[in-house]
Amino acid sequence: MGDNFIINLKNIVVDFDGERVLKGINLDIRDKEFVTFLGPSGCGKTTTLRIIGGFVEPTEGDIYFEGKKINGMPPHKRQVNTVFQRYALFPHLNVYENVAFGLRLKKMSEKEIKMKVSEAIDLVNMRGYESRSIHYLSGGQMQRVAIARAIVNRPKALLLDEPLGALDLKLRKEMQIELKKIQQSAEITFIYVTHDQEEALTMSDTVVVMKDGIIQQIGTPQDVYNEPTNAFVADFIGESNIIDGLMHRDYEVEFAGKIFKCVDKGFDEMERVEVVIRPEDIKISSVEDGAISGMVESVIFKGVHYEMIVDSFGSKWMIHSTMCEQVGTMIGMNINPEDIHIMKKSDSEE
Amino acid sequence: MNQKIFSAPYLLWMLLFTIIPLGLVVFFAFTDSNGAFTLENISKVGDYASTLFKSVWLAAVSTVICLLISYPFAYIISRKKDHQKRIMVMLVMLPMWMNFLLRTYAWMTLLEKNGLINKFFGLFGLGPFEMINTQGAVVLGMVYNYIPFMILPLYSVMLKIDPRVVEAAQDLGATPSQVLMKVLLPLSWPGISTGITMVFVPAVSTFIISRMLGGGANLLIGDLIDLQFVGNSYNPNLGAAISLVLMVIMLLCMSIFNQFEENEEAALL
Amino acid sequence: MKKLSKIYTGLVFLFLYAPIFVLIAYSFNESKSRSKWTGFTFDWYVKLFNNDEIIQALLNTLLIAVISCIAATVLGTAAAIGIDKMNKKLRGAVVNVTYLPILNPEIVTGVSLMLLFTFLKIEFGYTTLILAHISFGVPYVIFNVLPKLKQMDKYIYDAALDLGCSPFKAFWKVVVPEISPGIVSGALMAFTYSLDDFVISYFTSGVESQTLPIKIFSMTRRKVSPEVNALSTIIFLVTLTVLLIIYLKDSKKEKMTKVKKRGEAI
Repeated sequence: MGDNFIINLKNIVVDFDGERVLKGINLDIRDKEFVTFLGPSGCGKTTTLRIIGGFVEPTEGDIYFEGKKINGMPPHKRQVNTVFQRYALFPHLNVYENVAFGLRLKKMSEKEIKMKVSEAIDLVNMRGYESRSIHYLSGGQMQRVAIARAIVNRPKALLLDEPLGALDLKLRKEMQIELKKIQQSAEITFIYVTHDQEEALTMSDTVVVMKDGIIQQIGTPQDVYNEPTNAFVADFIGESNIIDGLMHRDYEVEFAGKIFKCVDKGFDEMERVEVVIRPEDIKISSVEDGAISGMVESVIFKGVHYEMIVDSFGSKWMIHSTMCEQVGTMIGMNINPEDIHIMKKSDSEE
Repeated sequence: MNQKIFSAPYLLWMLLFTIIPLGLVVFFAFTDSNGAFTLENISKVGDYASTLFKSVWLAAVSTVICLLISYPFAYIISRKKDHQKRIMVMLVMLPMWMNFLLRTYAWMTLLEKNGLINKFFGLFGLGPFEMINTQGAVVLGMVYNYIPFMILPLYSVMLKIDPRVVEAAQDLGATPSQVLMKVLLPLSWPGISTGITMVFVPAVSTFIISRMLGGGANLLIGDLIDLQFVGNSYNPNLGAAISLVLMVIMLLCMSIFNQFEENEEAALL
Repeated sequence: MKKLSKIYTGLVFLFLYAPIFVLIAYSFNESKSRSKWTGFTFDWYVKLFNNDEIIQALLNTLLIAVISCIAATVLGTAAAIGIDKMNKKLRGAVVNVTYLPILNPEIVTGVSLMLLFTFLKIEFGYTTLILAHISFGVPYVIFNVLPKLKQMDKYIYDAALDLGCSPFKAFWKVVVPEISPGIVSGALMAFTYSLDDFVISYFTSGVESQTLPIKIFSMTRRKVSPEVNALSTIIFLVTLTVLLIIYLKDSKKEKMTKVKKRGEAI
């Protein structure tokens, strides 16, 4: 096994009712890392998390924890804890007893329990709510209790299943920052599941993009944003223009009727490819200076920038710019070679 | 217009058909056949202490057996897929729609000396066993007749238990038995107490099941009351006294369980 | 574990259904004795339908159930509307007394009504039976209607008055439709309990007014005739059909709402 890997998934396959929901997952997770499984609903991200937690047994494949195979080990024997979707707090216990639940099972002394619980409650900013029934907590407060309840047991890894899904936008932003802080101060591996790409990008050390039970890409947030491996990742993470292209030779690609310099190589000569260009990477110029030209079809103000749809000989381009052009004007567009991302053509059409 | 007036006919009805009849039970219990006050009937109930005790005992045993069988069963159903759940609940309710006399009669044909069960054992050269006309048969009849009343409230309370809460307990290190003791039992307590009341009350006051399956030797409180009103030993004053005692036992039993329930609710609020 | 739970549910269902299937099997047995199987026959069904007493008992049961159900529904619905408007203390008292017939052992209710009818010198027969059945039916109607009244928007009655309805019309056109699901389920409960009741009928019926459960009781007391088996089979099949219809209707409804939801999602 690797130097400081805490969890390794080897060729994990899962079938539910004859349907294959995970199709061979291979993943190594480093100790103290913040890993996020990102993907649309039904992509298998929650199932992967539940395999690590011990709630789902893989049909095929092995799971290792600190180098030891743990297939078949029941959840209560695993050194990981979970923050569940919609929290799953115990409705018959108050805040203090919810947090103390795991410690009591370990037959800890009352004094020790008290110390650890109050430490965990401090960590999530819930001091003063200890004797409160959980029926009187807001969503954000329940979220904090759920985190404290899991983290108080000092798990080697904390599994979080869309923990912020039920919160409103503002609270979600606050909790993202707090979660990251908690992860850093507690020095625990966080394995986080979400369908919100922004959440994944802001918090993670590593993002694992999944679709249809297959890992599409593993990388840092910068990697998956700037260098998506296929059109799905590019489309799912942020907005992109995805255009059909033709790779003439290394560093040269043809699309929109023009040949562009780029930084990619390693494709066959004249291979059909997909070209991904982020809307903010398209520079507006005069028609004469532009590599491509088109007519502005619509303009929407998005707060920081304008979003424009430009029609160029029938194909539409999305541009984000701080400048506003009038609808109906002709403009030119330029793209820097490093902003052109070439990807293998994905076999499946959406 | 004051809408309260709508309830007037019912209030009159309630007075006539609920309060006065119960008052009559009390009145008869404390009077002799001439209508004069007496404590004789109540003290006479003491003579039947062994029957009273037997009724409570057999009903309690039946209730516990119902609970033990139903608890895992209700849990299993509550975790099934929706359409399976509905079919299974329907199958639990279906026998309830047959009159209990028919159901009890069915057990007679099974338990008899030359009934099917003894025939089955006979194939292996065993028996015949003495099954009908025993206390065991009475308990069996009570369990069989009243078990749906235990399964259904347990099932409906378990439906409300989020499966994630069970997973959360496992996740935090609870073994299966700890999950049961620390999470499932406390969360399903309202269903348990409803189920216990709904099985125990009819079981302790039953009077036909005991006669059909228990024979003449296993009379219960219900049979005693029946005998005083309809049977040979016509004595409505004694019958009323026994009924009164039965009611008091019931009220005690229910107030114990309701107290638990209220505490539970208070804890939840 | 999964296997174990399957075996377990199987055993419980076996326990619930074994006696019923035995009854059904014996209803086709030629021999009157339950100790041997001599051949297949429909004779017991023919005999059952030629048995005037049983047919009469069945008619009695239905008649009493229909009358008492209607009376209990009217009385109970009106009562619920009144109770809903009472202050907390009074409502608590009335509700508690209403609980009595439900919580009390059936035999005590039966005996107490018997004492009442003896006391009032009413002759035991259809009248006493119907009065008794109304009495234990009303609480079910009340407890089904009360929650619906609680859920109802308190102002719709006022709105109807404001729009020119007379109080009676407002009540009939606005309040009743709103609480009708509760009325229907309450009426159904009163009806089925009336059909099925043995204990209370046992203490309040006369010789002429025997209902089916009482007839069954007297049949099981004598040396048993396989006609009882045939009767059980018919009752079983009828309830099975009714429940199946309800089940199929429900699953159809469920599918519809699922499709609808999906449509909304798109």
